[in-house]
Amino acid sequence: MIRWMLLALLLAFLPLALAKTLHSERSLYQNVLVIERMGEICLQFTVRVDVRNQTCMKKDHPKEMVFTYTKMMMASLLLMDDPTLILVVGLGGGTLPMALQDVFPDAKIDAVEIDPAVVKVAEQFFHFKPGPNVTVFTQDARVFGKRAAKQGKTYDLILLDAYNGEYIPEHLMTAEYLQETRSLLIPGGIIAANTFAISRLYDHESATYLKVFGKFLSFRVPESANRVVLASNQPFQPPEFRQARAASLEVRLRPYAVDLSRYLNRLDGRRDWNSGAEVLTDQYSPANQLNR
Amino acid sequence: MRNVVIYVMAGLSGFVVMSFELLGGRMLAPWFGSGIYVWGSIITIFMTALAIGYLLGGRLSVHQPSLTRYASLFIFAALLLAPLITYADTLLEWTFNAVADERYGSLLAATLLFAPGTVLLGMISPYSVRLLVEDADHSGAVAGVLYFVSTLGSALGTLLTSFYFVLWFQMNTIVIAMSAMLALLAVLGYLTDRASR
Repeated sequence: MIRWMLLALLLAFLPLALAKTLHSERSLYQNVLVIERMGEICLQFTVRVDVRNQTCMKKDHPKEMVFTYTKMMMASLLLMDDPTLILVVGLGGGTLPMALQDVFPDAKIDAVEIDPAVVKVAEQFFHFKPGPNVTVFTQDARVFGKRAAKQGKTYDLILLDAYNGEYIPEHLMTAEYLQETRSLLIPGGIIAANTFAISRLYDHESATYLKVFGKFLSFRVPESANRVVLASNQPFQPPEFRQARAASLEVRLRPYAVDLSRYLNRLDGRRDWNSGAEVLTDQYSPANQLNR
Repeated sequence: MRNVVIYVMAGLSGFVVMSFELLGGRMLAPWFGSGIYVWGSIITIFMTALAIGYLLGGRLSVHQPSLTRYASLFIFAALLLAPLITYADTLLEWTFNAVADERYGSLLAATLLFAPGTVLLGMISPYSVRLLVEDADHSGAVAGVLYFVSTLGSALGTLLTSFYFVLWFQMNTIVIAMSAMLALLAVLGYLTDRASR
């Protein structure tokens, strides 16, 4: 009996034993950990092993997207022509801006990340490189958005991924923030947002997106607990357009292990949330408490 | 009875201060983010305003101290804080446009929004001491109980606002409720003063 328990204990801690910590730092906002494990380098914001990683990169295939939700964000490309002005909110390991820069070399990309430690780690361990077309703003996303609107900046693709799962920045979930972000879109531009799909917050977030964008698409796949919201300030392109986009992007996205044709039938416009849920606003935004 | 009323008023004023301090973070977040400098600004301004309030409250307590004057501090604080629901956003937008650096922007915004009301709430503590102390022998004991109730009130205000109020209510509702509580405490003070004369 004791022998089995010891074995179970050993197995439970095996991943830890095989993991090598490459970098560990307590930043102003979180713990930033870079861990190497089984051929992957991962960025984590907590030491708890049960909480999933923020970003992972395969050492042998650095381009390949490891996480389903990152791939899901790319579904935004089904709804638009090749993007030219992209805003990425929340850097993580820089996976999304790097891939987009690679696939669309002429696109201008702005990435906003509040934590300078994350920017540093993305550059040091995840091959993230700001270049002539990629600018990083180390700033609160809400402040960035307001200043960008003042300067008349616009984007045709905005990716919102500022929530690390441990603590949600509540001022980035409100109808006012989404309205500000929507105002940065050119007509027909697309917003893709990584959102929570398993707590009460799902209902509240859905109600909030509905209020700001009207109809939007919920995109889920069985293998992920996340839901990606796809929204626009104009009606979406018809199914034929999406099929043509999937075909035209197929080869270009292959190195990232993204197959958009798989996603075509999963963009869902149905309302599957509790329609009585209160809209999140600057007046009412207890997102962290709703996410229990 | 009169002393119990004063302790209750002082304790609940501590409650209101901390409730507003937490709401301050939420009011500033849409304009200046929710980073550490925003909380730094808010705490700095609340502490400074309280410090100034202590000085002024001590001064004021020298001249004809009365429970009625004490109660009027609560009314004026309520009158300064309640209108936040109408002009906070205008002030915040102005500050956001006037100051490019988010640190100094949030510091200025916190000053404009909260300093006046918090100075008045700071005046309550020393004034309470003046109303409660009857002889030098017991002054320390009185101050001890006073710090106890007002700091405990602050702790409660912090807990209830952050755990429950923001989950149950709109922010402006909390602002109005806190201001209304100050006004009610003022009425309680007036009535007690009249009854005990």
